[in-house]
Amino acid sequence: MSPDFLKLIFGRLGFESLPLHEPIVVGTFAVVALGGAALLGGLTYFRLWGYLWREWFTTVDHKRIGIMYMILGIVMLLRGFADALMMRGQQMLAFGGSEGYLNAHHYDQVFTAHGVIMIFFVAMPLVTGLMNYVVPLQIGARDVSFPFLNNFSFWMTVGGAVLVMASLFIGEFARTGWLAYPPLSNIGYSPDVGVDYYIWALQVAGVGTTLSGINLICTIVKLRCPGMTMMKMPVFTWTSLCTNVLIVASFPVLTVVLALLSLDRYVGTNFFTNDFGGSPMMYVNLIWIWGHPEVYILVLPAFGIFSEVTSTFSGKRLFGYTSMVYATVVITILSYLVWLHHFFTMGSGASVNSFFGITTMIISIPTGAKMFNWLFTMYRGRIRYELPMMWTIAFMLTFVIGGMTGVLLAVPPADFVLHNSLFLIAHFHNVIIGGVVFGAFAGITYWFPKAFGFKLDPFWGKLSFWFWVTGFYLAFMPLYVLGLMGVTRRLRVFDDPSLQIWFVIAAIGAFLVLLGIMCMLMQFAVSFLRREQLKDVTGDPWDARTLEWATSSPPPDYNFAFTPVVHDNDAWWDMKRRGYQRPLTGFRPIHMPSSTGTGIILAGLATAMGFGLIWYIWWLAAVSFIAMLVVGIGHTFNYHRDFDIPAEDVIRTEDARTKLLAGAK
Amino acid sequence: MTIAVNPSQTGEPVFYVADEHPHPEGWSTSLGFWIYLMSDCLIFAILFATFGVLGGNYAAGPAPKDLFDLNLVAVNTSMLLLSSITYGFAMLTMQQNKVAQTQVWLAITGLFGLAFIGIELTEFAHMIHEGATPQRSAFLSAFFTLVGTHGLHVSCGLIWLVTLMVQVQKFGLIEANRRRLMCLSMFWHFLDVVWIGVFTFVYLLGVLR
Ligand code: HEM
Ligand SMILES: [Cu+2]
Repeated sequence: MSPDFLKLIFGRLGFESLPLHEPIVVGTFAVVALGGAALLGGLTYFRLWGYLWREWFTTVDHKRIGIMYMILGIVMLLRGFADALMMRGQQMLAFGGSEGYLNAHHYDQVFTAHGVIMIFFVAMPLVTGLMNYVVPLQIGARDVSFPFLNNFSFWMTVGGAVLVMASLFIGEFARTGWLAYPPLSNIGYSPDVGVDYYIWALQVAGVGTTLSGINLICTIVKLRCPGMTMMKMPVFTWTSLCTNVLIVASFPVLTVVLALLSLDRYVGTNFFTNDFGGSPMMYVNLIWIWGHPEVYILVLPAFGIFSEVTSTFSGKRLFGYTSMVYATVVITILSYLVWLHHFFTMGSGASVNSFFGITTMIISIPTGAKMFNWLFTMYRGRIRYELPMMWTIAFMLTFVIGGMTGVLLAVPPADFVLHNSLFLIAHFHNVIIGGVVFGAFAGITYWFPKAFGFKLDPFWGKLSFWFWVTGFYLAFMPLYVLGLMGVTRRLRVFDDPSLQIWFVIAAIGAFLVLLGIMCMLMQFAVSFLRREQLKDVTGDPWDARTLEWATSSPPPDYNFAFTPVVHDNDAWWDMKRRGYQRPLTGFRPIHMPSSTGTGIILAGLATAMGFGLIWYIWWLAAVSFIAMLVVGIGHTFNYHRDFDIPAEDVIRTEDARTKLLAGAK
Repeated sequence: MTIAVNPSQTGEPVFYVADEHPHPEGWSTSLGFWIYLMSDCLIFAILFATFGVLGGNYAAGPAPKDLFDLNLVAVNTSMLLLSSITYGFAMLTMQQNKVAQTQVWLAITGLFGLAFIGIELTEFAHMIHEGATPQRSAFLSAFFTLVGTHGLHVSCGLIWLVTLMVQVQKFGLIEANRRRLMCLSMFWHFLDVVWIGVFTFVYLLGVLR
């Protein structure tokens, strides 16, 4: 076969694209392949494919989609964390002439992949999953506004994750850092597929994120149950609303920047080049106009979770609900006015830097207000130190430290010293792990009984908690020290042996986090085995306050047999106080959206198209694009997208619950 | 939906809706579509900003004065504006439930749209022929991308228009199809507004600069 013909079929993909010369990657591949084969074999053996396809992959139920997002986030956490361990190991060893075990080519991919995976495929899915699961229940709705779109969004996120994972074994990932600044990411300096994997993974996932943002905004605005005015919405719903507004108002920016970067790489335009009038600075500005709101996209829902948890486990109404809402809204707006603090050193001049330094410091005011609201909620409360509350307290302590170092970095002259140092790395892990990750864990332990009908095992949960928290401090406090000593980020080898001890401590910390993660997996397994003892039949295991606890655990497909009517911020608390009687008769058929496979098919095609574009396999890209058009348009010819759950089914489900509740008394 | 939220006749608080009707189909669609349009608007905003920053970087290549033929652009603009008017007529006849007329107006809209795309492509071909390619300078990269993205949107609008015409033919002006025509209408007018921006900032100001 002629090389031209092969090129036509395989683009630039060939045997040399497989990293057979990298023993670490080959080993990983062997493990993943074996694990994957075992999983697929198991599914086939137990004949689970049909069940998975019908009940999960094609579902439009917001609860199941939410759970799938969480699974995606947790699986990707393992990958992202494996990268973190590799870096910690490398930096601990690469002293005194040692090169460590990762070459530069590989190490640069590892830190890039770690950052990208952690932000886009761990933190985002965890946050989106919780919002998807909880918001419709909290507002007394039966599903989201656009259930099909919801399924599609999820699978697009998976498509992006698949592309990133594929880069590990087929070709390579970007070596540019997680934001892929040009000119380094331009074709001249990064001619191979790494940056293209980066671009298309984020574009595919980004479509999903934007659509899911639109979907959740509509859900919150249009589907609230009667009586729930804006100022009666639970705080988590409020923070979700703001987060999704941020998503819709920032992800398109990312889409454009990446599209312009692709044009530079594929077509040879001159947006971000060094010559012909291009401006790499433009890229840096644009990507941070997305990037700063992104960090609030991640942390606002976490703030919402902490608010729910604090008031539930203090047995008190949230202190300062109104100020909490306003603080959230103010943060939402301010998050657009600070992006330049990520590149004070690029020389925008003293006035511009001062402006952005000051706006950044101002954000700490509403954030501080929130902190005090949580403290005052706890003050004189009957605090129950269950797992969600423990994560919340760990958050409050940790986040305050991260916030203070953040204000420090917001001072331009200080930033000139600390920019791109390990101090910065310590700062943002401090807020992301302390805020977003702890928040996700608080949320998971809090809502797990709602989703599955049994609580998580507290023993393994507490073990995991202590490993994570101590591990975090050991892993990142040394980086503050190193940063103050002037060590910059993204370094692979070191000369000065006096620094080594700090990297050893950090590695020990990362190892403790590893134990924390293993305990967490253990916790899921043990809880599943002990599910009878941990069972919750009431639907309200924590004596909580908002509507999601008014229905059974797990909730029926239709969430609420009758749409609730609310009179108070803490709607369910109010219902419990005022002698609410669960309706036992008068059930009617319930109108629900039907499942569809279109979402997963479209996302699969989009992923194939991305793969084709990455490897210059033009026919594959073209064919998948046309197939997407055909499937998408074909879908619009289906006008019957919902069905009625018959009244008998509702009666059966509700009667079963009545029996359970009677048994519980 | 109006539901008595406060104490019922008996004075007991009402905690659930006994007599419930599901939200009508498409209850959230127009809001959702609006939000989508705003996100799309942001895409154009960034492209405009990029043009604003890079639009003067000719890299010793051709400048707007050498390239733009305002007469052609004026004709092109009128095509798009006329298509918006005819789409308006389509919506009016749709309101009166006249399938055939609606289809005719939609078809005319499509033809104007096609004419717009055709003229735009001619203009592009001419520029590229003269060596003013997107690769020539940052100004031209930004120009082709901004105008091209708009053109791409119009092309998508055309595919959508044809799809809807088929659906109206097959299923008539049913509720779902009216809603879809309404969304496309918003989309189409939105592209018109964006074009006014392109016309003013890229072409008119470009020739002045
Ligand atoms: C759980 C333990 C974690 C450890 C031990 C860890 C460790 C590291 C290390 C060693 C680096 C490279 C620092 C350098 O440049 O020298 C890094 C970078 C980074 N990490 Fe983490 N990380 C963890 C969790 C996370 C999480 C949860 C996120 C986000 C959700 C995250 C996001 C990032 C990002 C964005 C970068 C920058 C990558 C780049 O330089 O382009 N990390 N992390
Ligand atoms: Cu920022």
